[in-house]
Amino acid sequence: MKKPDNAMKIIFLSLSENERFARSAVGGFIASKDPRIDELGDLKTAVSEAVTNCIVHAYRDCIGTIELSARLYGDEVVVKVRDTGCGIEDVKKAMEPLYTTLPDEERSGLGFSVMESFCDSVSVKSRPGSGTTVTLTKKLGKRSLLK
Amino acid sequence: MPVYITESGGKMTARLTGEIDHHTSRWLRMDIDTAINDSSPKELRLDFSGVSFMDSSGVGLVMGRYKNMCERGGKLELVNMPEYIQKVMSLAGMDRLLDGKR
Repeated sequence: MKKPDNAMKIIFLSLSENERFARSAVGGFIASKDPRIDELGDLKTAVSEAVTNCIVHAYRDCIGTIELSARLYGDEVVVKVRDTGCGIEDVKKAMEPLYTTLPDEERSGLGFSVMESFCDSVSVKSRPGSGTTVTLTKKLGKRSLLK
Repeated sequence: MPVYITESGGKMTARLTGEIDHHTSRWLRMDIDTAINDSSPKELRLDFSGVSFMDSSGVGLVMGRYKNMCERGGKLELVNMPEYIQKVMSLAGMDRLLDGKR
């Protein structure tokens, strides 16, 4: 396994006020890479979606812990969001655009679609009853040659 | 995360500010729906000029208000939306409610 150039890990409770904290932490972590504003926005949005899923779905009826880690490999950032909540029965179904189990709460069902469009890759590992890990990968500094 | 709501002649404008996520959208939803119930506007404009961040919870917020206004026979319009927010909105096809896109 490759050694990262930099790494961080934070653990926090699944409280909705921590959604902002989580995305800001990742934004701060990649600041040394001097990302473009849109790259920073994309990654923060994807992290916000992954963390919100833990709060809204994984720990639906309880408060649990969320582990957020980020690693930098050159210009690539790998973010992992891990919970030990209820898990997802059917990951493929959960990732379908506009699919939501909570329409009454005005969840748009776009969480995974946002992660997929705003990152280079998204992987989801889940086991019902023991939790879910979402891994987001994004290459930074894809600068245009025509500057 | 305050929302500034003004109304005149059946036209209501709600200017959203700050970051819209799952945490803040709950309060926004309550404030806007209370104002809609109080004055039953014919048209609601959501102004995004003061929004610095938005994830898919904001899309849920817009979809809910759209439904609410449609049920009342009213209209919803989205104005001053920064490009990065349009990107999230377009995933749901909600960018068609943007000012000038109809």
